Amino acid sequence: MSVRHLIALLVLLATAPLAQAQGFAGLGTEAEGFTQPRQGQSLEFPRDHGAHPDYRIEWWYFTANLTGEDGQDYGAQWTLFRNALSPEQSATGWQTPQVWMGNAALSSAQSHGFAQLLARGGTGQAGATSSPFNLWIDDWEVKGKDPSNISVTANGEGFSYDLHLNSDRPLVRHGDAGYSVKSREGRASYYYSQPAYTVEGQVQIGDRTVKVTGHAWYDHEWSSQPLSWGQIGWDWVSLTFDSGDRLMAFRLRGDGDDYTSGTWIGAGGAVESFGDGHISLIPRQTSQVAGREVPTSWTVQLPKRGVAVEVEAINPDTWMGTMFPYWEGPVTIEGSHTGRGYLEMTGY
Amino acid sequence: MIVLRALLSHWLQRPVQLASLLLGLALATALFSGVQAINAEARASYARAAAMLSQDQLARIKAADNQLFSQEHFVALRRAGWPVSPVLEGSLRLEQGRWQVIGVDPVSAPLGAAPVQMTGAGELLPFIEGRVGYAHPQTVATWGQGAPVPELVASPDIIPGVIVLDIGTAQRLLRASGLVSHLVVPEGITLPDALPDGLVLTGPKAASDVAQLTDSFHLNLTAFGLLSFVVGLFIVHSAVGLAFEQRRAMFRTLRALGVSLPGLMGWLMAELLALALLAGAAGVVLGYLVASFLLPDVSATLRGLYGAPVAGNLTLSPAWWAGGLALALVGALLAATQSFWRLLRLPLLAPAQPRAWMRASALGLRWQAAAGVALLVICLMLIWSADGLVAGFAALGALLLGAALILPVGLNTFLALVAGRARKVTAQWFWADTQQQLPGVSLALMALLLALSANIGVGTMVSSFRLTFTGWLDQRLSSELYVTARTQAEGAALRGWLGEKGVDYLPIWHVDITHRGAPAELYGVQDHPVYRENWQLLRAVEDPWDKLSAGDHVFINEQLARRENLWPGDQIALPRAGPMRVGAVYGDYGNPLAQVYVSNNRLLALYPDVPRLNHAVRVASEEAAALRDALVRDFGLPERQVVDQATVKRASLQVFDRTFTVTAALNVLTMAVAGFALLTSLLTLSGMRLPQLAPVWAMGLTRRRLALTELAQALMLSFIVMLCAVPLGLALSWVLLNVVNVAAFGWQLPMFLFPGQWLQLGALAILVAALAAAWPSWRLARIPPAELLKVFANER
Repeated sequence: MSVRHLIALLVLLATAPLAQAQGFAGLGTEAEGFTQPRQGQSLEFPRDHGAHPDYRIEWWYFTANLTGEDGQDYGAQWTLFRNALSPEQSATGWQTPQVWMGNAALSSAQSHGFAQLLARGGTGQAGATSSPFNLWIDDWEVKGKDPSNISVTANGEGFSYDLHLNSDRPLVRHGDAGYSVKSREGRASYYYSQPAYTVEGQVQIGDRTVKVTGHAWYDHEWSSQPLSWGQIGWDWVSLTFDSGDRLMAFRLRGDGDDYTSGTWIGAGGAVESFGDGHISLIPRQTSQVAGREVPTSWTVQLPKRGVAVEVEAINPDTWMGTMFPYWEGPVTIEGSHTGRGYLEMTGY
Repeated sequence: MIVLRALLSHWLQRPVQLASLLLGLALATALFSGVQAINAEARASYARAAAMLSQDQLARIKAADNQLFSQEHFVALRRAGWPVSPVLEGSLRLEQGRWQVIGVDPVSAPLGAAPVQMTGAGELLPFIEGRVGYAHPQTVATWGQGAPVPELVASPDIIPGVIVLDIGTAQRLLRASGLVSHLVVPEGITLPDALPDGLVLTGPKAASDVAQLTDSFHLNLTAFGLLSFVVGLFIVHSAVGLAFEQRRAMFRTLRALGVSLPGLMGWLMAELLALALLAGAAGVVLGYLVASFLLPDVSATLRGLYGAPVAGNLTLSPAWWAGGLALALVGALLAATQSFWRLLRLPLLAPAQPRAWMRASALGLRWQAAAGVALLVICLMLIWSADGLVAGFAALGALLLGAALILPVGLNTFLALVAGRARKVTAQWFWADTQQQLPGVSLALMALLLALSANIGVGTMVSSFRLTFTGWLDQRLSSELYVTARTQAEGAALRGWLGEKGVDYLPIWHVDITHRGAPAELYGVQDHPVYRENWQLLRAVEDPWDKLSAGDHVFINEQLARRENLWPGDQIALPRAGPMRVGAVYGDYGNPLAQVYVSNNRLLALYPDVPRLNHAVRVASEEAAALRDALVRDFGLPERQVVDQATVKRASLQVFDRTFTVTAALNVLTMAVAGFALLTSLLTLSGMRLPQLAPVWAMGLTRRRLALTELAQALMLSFIVMLCAVPLGLALSWVLLNVVNVAAFGWQLPMFLFPGQWLQLGALAILVAALAAAWPSWRLARIPPAELLKVFANER
């Protein structure tokens, strides 16, 4: 899960106190004083499952493609962001300069419910611990001994879900052993995933409860450097093919100067990272969503792996009208490979 | 244009008359629009406070004992899915002064509940780090250098005296680490049935509460504003009337020269409107000054009495300008109607003679008297039949206006009687001349009557109130020390500690209940001689204290008794307790809420978890200071938890006195306006009266005698008015105490008489009259004999 939500976090940094978007004012940000990701520094677990408050931004991200006992496709999303307002590490309690934000959504072909929570650090209202693995904000929670076996719960107006995620597969480190480069200027983050959960649980839409099964993907990423401002948004996919192979790919949109990258995760466990230019994400068709034109159908190609697929939103209306609005929802995959996945698009 | 110049030349010759017209209209506009401005500002303040600090409109979770509680409850409730937000309130005392601190968590606060305008970017960090707070511009100004929060950002929407800080900063400054005072609950959220132990959910404070409570206060102000306006109109009326009267000859000449009646009326109307606009503009500016002068006291009053927040500053809005000018125009037209009417019917060739005017006005006087009597009858009917605040004020208005209308008739009759009995020629002339002058000064005298009686009435009310209030305070605050424990445990320890020392104490424990949908207080009272001896009950059944102790009778405050028409012997249904009987009704001045006393045992039986925190400590007054020290030093209570009787009394009386500062100020202003009305009337009359004085002078009365006569007339008239004002003022205060007060506050007050005040006021009235008459008299004494001789030369 690459650079997504960097901007969201910067906006959060600027306007969190109001719980209402105040535009992009105040985005002139400095990363001074924060720890910077360094190439060659290996990730260590379980330590790195927890929070890294000396880095400016961090997120834990779960997306699940589910099938209900009613035969319908569902998509669930659970996100926790941590944002440090200052590199100050000695402050405690309310003075802790950390702001947490949670986003959650439950989507189907006909419906899309989403919610957002905000919390200050230092009081216990929100937080992340590595061992036991626990992420929480208010009553939304991810809980387990470690990320291999967890429960994920969230709720909002008109929806809630309670999912159990299980995986015996190894974690995937993106980029160079978890050091994931974000731009040609060399901006980077630490980034690892658990792309291969099986899911059991139930979702509730309105007053209807549905048992679901499916697969889920977990990303954890932290960094201190914001994007360069030439980059106006990004498109990101996590694709789970029926063949057992998986692909994470993103495209950063600049002024006619896109940056693409991704990771191929073979069914057998082999992981290969691809730098700029190997992967292409091309919009096929746009939909009118929340008053804007959003490409909800894509062509994704990775010639080196023989991937040429069409990615199509299950529900084009999965707009996240949160503080920093974006599009995120489950997709179906057709073409050289078939399967299901998640698509995220910002800056539209 | 010639017509205009002819008309205006009058004013050039009589600048004082012009000034009195302008000043009268300006004063009337000023007082009325000033008072209106104060009212508008106060109301706008409530609305702003309600809108911005909508915390009051949100339900909140607080500790049952009203103490601070751990923020862990906040985290636990959030983690259980309840979107509450913590608030810590407290008062911050520093060397530079004292402020109310509200600590909020801007991240979890519901929209609008954090009264902070953090619109820009990157403002969260300095707020969280305690580098920035928010406050009203006035408060910012008092926040000196070296204060614990370096920067206060001016936010006009925050209540003055309040500083909004991050909750973490507030905890640090208030030394309440990890504690909160309450949690606000966003609208539309249903909370779990079971709150953590010791926490209770309280409903939102209805915004209208404050408005209802303060309505009577504003009505009071408005009534005063109207009174001032009416008095001001008298001035304008007399000035305009005299200007018309004096220009009769000119009008006649102009008409004779061919100016049409509509044309003349048009010019006069234009003149009047121009003058009104000029005076109105001046009045609005003056009103602004009056308002900004009084507003700090008004806001202090509202804060003290009702806890209603009012900013102490004022804005001059276009609507206000328009309103003030319109008022001046309408007032001038109203005041000039009679003059225009007369002009319309002016016989072209009839001579304008004051004597004829007086005779003609005799008929008018009768009508005036009839109207006055009718108004008094209306007043009586209102008092007898209607209730409610508006009816009360209407009765007041009818009383004042009716009495004012009757005054000239009364004076006229009185003077005619006295003149008939006079033996000496000069005396006969004195009385007859006074009577002759009456139509010219009667309006000014009416104004003086209104001002004096308002003064007496309001003075009597305030003093009666104060006397009752102090007496009541003495009854209520019969113990020397009042000690409040911070927690239930501390309360128990305190009782143990006092018991060990052999110090007697009385519990003052209460719970907030809802009685018939309105908030009420339920107190427990422990049977003790001090209550039996000191409490004066307004009405009671026989042996009320025994019946109260028995547990089946309650005492209720007068507000509740009047609101629900419950009197001793009646049945009252209380939550949990079921039906009980009213044993007594007691005075409870200054409390807007209904209050019920049950025996302490009954209270404990009904509400076992009642916070047992407040205690009245019975100790001899000379030992009070020592015990107070011991409580702080040995027992370890913070000083503010121990209050001595004297301090409570002082604080209560301070609030009380501030309440009436504004009333007193308006009283003085009204008196000034009335005095000014008298001055202008006498001044203009003195010019007109030369034809009457000249023959007397020619017959041998010196100018000095004439001047003294003039002065004596003014003083005598004022004195008579003063004599009339006393009963009228008493009637006024009776209505205030027995009708308006009951409607506005829910309590009746005994009326006390203060003849000393009347004497003072009488002296003041005489002084005002003397001052007003001094100048005309002085002018008369110095008038060149040639002027008097000219009268004969110019004989009409």
